[in-house]
Amino acid sequence: MVSYYLSGNEAIVEGALRAGCRYYAGYPITPSTEIMERISIRFNEIGGVFMQMEDEIAAICSVVGASWAGAKAMTATSGPGFSLMQEGIGYAAMTETPIVIVDVQRAGPSTGQATRVASGDIMQAKWGSSGDYQVIAVCPWSVQEAYELTINAFNLAEKYRVPALLLTEEAIGHLRERIDVVKDVEIFNRRKKPGAAPFGTEERDGVPPMPSFGEGEKVLVTGSTHDSHGFRKTDDPLVQDRLVSRLNEKIVNNRERIIDYEDYYLEDATVVVISYGFTARSSLFAVRALRQDGRKIGMLRLKTLWPFPDSLTKNIGARAKVLFVPEMNRGQVAGEVRKYVSCQVVSFTQTNGEVIYPDTLIEGLRRHL
Amino acid sequence: MARDMQRYLRPGLTSTPFCPGCGHGILMGLILRAIDQLEFNMDEMLFVSGIGCAAWIPSPHFNADTLHTLHGRAIPAATGAKMFNPKLRVMVVSGDGDLADIGGNHLIHAARRNTDLTVICATNMIYGMTGGQVSSTTSVGAFTQTTTQGNPYQPFDLCKLIIAAGAAYAARYSVTQPFALIASIKKALQTNGFCFVEVLSPCPTQFGRHNQLDTPGDMIKDLMDRCITRRKAKNLSPEELKGKIITGEFANGAD
Repeated sequence: MVSYYLSGNEAIVEGALRAGCRYYAGYPITPSTEIMERISIRFNEIGGVFMQMEDEIAAICSVVGASWAGAKAMTATSGPGFSLMQEGIGYAAMTETPIVIVDVQRAGPSTGQATRVASGDIMQAKWGSSGDYQVIAVCPWSVQEAYELTINAFNLAEKYRVPALLLTEEAIGHLRERIDVVKDVEIFNRRKKPGAAPFGTEERDGVPPMPSFGEGEKVLVTGSTHDSHGFRKTDDPLVQDRLVSRLNEKIVNNRERIIDYEDYYLEDATVVVISYGFTARSSLFAVRALRQDGRKIGMLRLKTLWPFPDSLTKNIGARAKVLFVPEMNRGQVAGEVRKYVSCQVVSFTQTNGEVIYPDTLIEGLRRHL
Repeated sequence: MARDMQRYLRPGLTSTPFCPGCGHGILMGLILRAIDQLEFNMDEMLFVSGIGCAAWIPSPHFNADTLHTLHGRAIPAATGAKMFNPKLRVMVVSGDGDLADIGGNHLIHAARRNTDLTVICATNMIYGMTGGQVSSTTSVGAFTQTTTQGNPYQPFDLCKLIIAAGAAYAARYSVTQPFALIASIKKALQTNGFCFVEVLSPCPTQFGRHNQLDTPGDMIKDLMDRCITRRKAKNLSPEELKGKIITGEFANGAD
């Protein structure tokens, strides 16, 4: 084990390299820019292709092109740049292209506050592109986890042939902490099966093998509705239904394998804080302080935001009286939680461009204890 | 398509989706003849296209790796594939609306970077697939579904634009000049750096019928009348050049 002292943005780069990322394209935008700066330098050291593109649209499209050429490929952005990438995310979902997108969330809407923190892109991450599709989104609460979840994002993207998002926040991107790096890490590499149909499997929720350009497979890739061999079938209801169902079900039906979380003091908790990202640090501090006061409070920390941990939320909601969801947005995850529970859900929001302090949470929680 | 070109087409395809009189079928044949004459291995080629009629020239027809991307985004996708695997010979085939309108920023930046791509721009001066709207290459005064009083704006001179941006090779020909066009595509495929070939291709369905060029024959004849070589253009007065389309090589890798 080796230890480093890194910022979240730097740790994301190291995680990407460890996962095998060898193509990066991006466009400068605060507060994600350190990712592209560091990876451009690191690629010079270890090999890899770095492209600074003319905009975020070009960045994500070139990442898709590189992925089909065989690369583990990544881009990173923030705020309005993430909005520009949405059509590319939809295209990657439709063409089942494994790519990783890092969104270092800043205060919006629009240009908002470029250097300030928020987690306002949770819903955009899921619903930003047109039509019905799935993505996987993971959310770290520390620099250590920024490293680990970046590796996970690559593994999940490759395993399920889906765009995987690392949804982090300015406060993590610019936080400096010690991280411990172990030698042996599980890395998933693209499944190949020469001659197999690249866009269809026997199972309705299966993930097909993926050929690369240049392997003589004569791959036919399109973002239009296509059959299992990639032929456009833009007026066939059966092909459309089969494709859209599989794109969704390959993620939704495997969600228990994808979803990762941590829980604290749930055994006797009547009030449960559901938290993610940087806010979960303050939440855990608040929960521990209140437990010292003898309060029956627990916490669920979501490491996976999409697919949403629906049955986990349901189980906790069945036992608790109050679910308390603190967020640096206007209640995006709280709304999702409400879909699955019938107990009281308190949406505790702060959208002033600052992190939520533990004292603020303790004060907010006392009203429900 | 001639029988000896069949092996360049994806098995199982029996027809193209192009309208009667469309020039894109001619262009499809000319691209494949250029590749055939160069004896390039299709397994080493990647064809990338955007959205629109011309984007269907390579996808699904060409029996090679083909990437049919989002509208306007063929060039950045091609850039990613080429930069990661430089062994791929990457050709972009798309239309004027796709490459020069919505994808215009990507076009000039790829030319500036001199990325090793061959870009074939099938210019029919109209948005064909969406029903005939004005594009950035429509001539002044032309009638389209969105310029029913005549197009008030001047078109791009794409070759000039691409050369100013730094491309290695830029040429313009019409599908009515097949032999010159094959030679140009071959040169573009053999030249390192960003190579751009603009190909004028008639669209009688969406352009011709609104501009007194009702039949495919009328459109072909019009292109033959208007397209003149650079050498011929040199001796013509500005008055005589009006309405003409100058064809030839405007930037040549060897220059």
